[in-house]
Amino acid sequence: MTASTRTFSLKEFNRRLRHGDAIFDALTLTAALLALLVVLAIGWQLWQESHFTRQTFGWELIIGADWNPYDDKFGALPFIYGTLQTSLLALLIAVPLGLFIAIFLAELAPAWLSRILGFLVELLAAVPSVVYGLWGVYVFAPTIVKPTGEFLQSFVGFLPLFAGSVSPQYSRLAASLILAVMILPTISAVSRDVFQAIPRAQREAALALGATQWEMIAQVLVPYGLSGILGAIILGLGRALGETMAVTMVIGNNYNLTASLLEPGSTMSAIIASQFGEASSIDLFRSALIEMGLILFTITLILNMLARLLVWRVARRVPTELRV
Amino acid sequence: MFRKFFSVAAIMILAAMAVACATPTVAPTSAPAVTRIVETKVVEKVVEQTKVVEKVITATPAPQTPVAKPGSIVINGAGASFPYPLYSRWFFEYAYVNPAVRINYNPIGSGGGISQITAKTVDFGGSDAPMTDAEYDKAKGVQMFPIVAGPVVPVYNIKNDAGAMITDTLKFPTTTLGDIYLGKITKWNDPVLANANPNVKLPAKDIKLIVRADSSGTTYTFTDYLAASNPEYKAKMTGANKLPKWLPSTLAGNQNPGVTAIVQNTDGAIGYVEISYAKEGRLPYGAVQNKAGEYVVATMEGVQAAMADFGNDLGDKLVASIVNAPSKTAYPISTYTYIMIYMDQTDCVKGKAALDFFKWAMSPDGDKFAAALDYVPLPDAVQKLVEAKLSKVTCQGKSF
Repeated sequence: MTASTRTFSLKEFNRRLRHGDAIFDALTLTAALLALLVVLAIGWQLWQESHFTRQTFGWELIIGADWNPYDDKFGALPFIYGTLQTSLLALLIAVPLGLFIAIFLAELAPAWLSRILGFLVELLAAVPSVVYGLWGVYVFAPTIVKPTGEFLQSFVGFLPLFAGSVSPQYSRLAASLILAVMILPTISAVSRDVFQAIPRAQREAALALGATQWEMIAQVLVPYGLSGILGAIILGLGRALGETMAVTMVIGNNYNLTASLLEPGSTMSAIIASQFGEASSIDLFRSALIEMGLILFTITLILNMLARLLVWRVARRVPTELRV
Repeated sequence: MFRKFFSVAAIMILAAMAVACATPTVAPTSAPAVTRIVETKVVEKVVEQTKVVEKVITATPAPQTPVAKPGSIVINGAGASFPYPLYSRWFFEYAYVNPAVRINYNPIGSGGGISQITAKTVDFGGSDAPMTDAEYDKAKGVQMFPIVAGPVVPVYNIKNDAGAMITDTLKFPTTTLGDIYLGKITKWNDPVLANANPNVKLPAKDIKLIVRADSSGTTYTFTDYLAASNPEYKAKMTGANKLPKWLPSTLAGNQNPGVTAIVQNTDGAIGYVEISYAKEGRLPYGAVQNKAGEYVVATMEGVQAAMADFGNDLGDKLVASIVNAPSKTAYPISTYTYIMIYMDQTDCVKGKAALDFFKWAMSPDGDKFAAALDYVPLPDAVQKLVEAKLSKVTCQGKSF
């Protein structure tokens, strides 16, 4: 085709544009399928590689509490319990704090302060976990966790959750607290962005109707941004469930099942990381650790789905006028 | 929805076909043809040059022995982390001795070293613990040999009643460490400890047990000693073990640095580490009563005495436990660290280079770096055994 014959035709232009759309569609679809493929491939691989222990122990691995690899005892319950306990406690601490930070940054702080604090919060999210771990071992555990643990021990020590322990500074409590510090920036930074994305008109409408600042935040902004906030919480939970390095440095790596937060414990990711080197030469041991990975993978999936379900339920309940 | 998907899929297929078709049809068009001609000319030139070079070489009357380029022979190893500080120093220094050889070592732990040499993904493996019979069955033709030895020391962090750290060298009578790790001795002022250390005022504090979280050659050596020195420990805890089931109250850290960190920050803690970590972490370490009844602090001489005691016990596998040695000066918590290679090498150049390196490492040239880093060179008798074994290593069935 030469230049002289090329004339502008709306039909031709539209056709080419549609082609562009189609190619773009194809590209994005491929990318999306790739993500799905990776998830499926990981799940499939974990399932395949763990067949030794699945065949030998079945459900025993999940409900068993005795971990002694050289005696062929593989009970993952202490690690499952440790992972869930530390992650959930970390969420319990970090969610309200993170929301307060987000609300302050987005609504209450003057712009200059919000910018500085916001930058610092984002910086916290970028600190590598091994640095948190080092700080945890040398500073956080002896100076903050230890007195907290001893305080809890003396006041509510009659509860199994806070039963006495030899050295409360390296314990599930220490891991939970350090996880809380680690997921705090994720939760607050994402929630701040959610609050900032809420249209001005929503605030003005609420204030014009005579709402106080607190009512405006609690009754308009939080419900409006709830799905985004839940997204932030899921991100934080994801990081807490999978965090390895910082946790293994402060949790005490003890493989016994005890209820107390003040006892040393371990998590699934911590035991996989610390024992995989050895396990690679023993089939059953390796298979047990891979199955632990599979359990962690499944728990993460289930929690994510539950959170999605929650978002969906909540989103339906919010009056449509608020969501315009 | 489906139509859209199909149209997208069709376009993807079409695009793939178009790419496939386009490649061969590029050549006949005029522009690329020029580049092709240029390329062929370049290729021809290179071929001509190579020919010339070949002629020169064949014409040279006395062919020179090929001098290998620096770093052209790469040897890979993996395994125990206990000797890693020394190995990396050796590799660094050996680059001056033979610049052609570059050695990499990945300190993934003894178990990892055994599995990697079994899978032949490395040229040599490292391990602090001897291979089990089952592991030998999987890795036919593997030979272990000791290359250096070292002590494991009990470290502690006890603050006295005034709040100051006790820096005295505590004495641990024969069965004491075993009893402590069995949970039979639970206080620092236990009569056994108090009687052995009359000059130190020990506080009435709980003993907190610190161990390794990862499977470890250091743990293997320590438990090997506990089992040898304490019959009750041996009966209850199945002897030497890289990853034993400790008491419920133990705290565990990852690797030597993890244990050191927890001991440093826990009042009343006792742990066990390789000696250089105790020194770096400024932790006091104890004198342990040996089989002859003497209290011995970990020193080079103490470990060498332990090696000498068991110098004839290495057998064909060239492994021996050297804990709880009988002579008066022997330090009881000592261990060899081993290298694993195949007796028949597949790559002659690499095999020769690796053997030369091991011989250098065991020579006085290598020994001085070992001593500087608190490792203990092999005594002559053991070194002779290792050298005799290494001289039998072959390459593709032939001797070097």
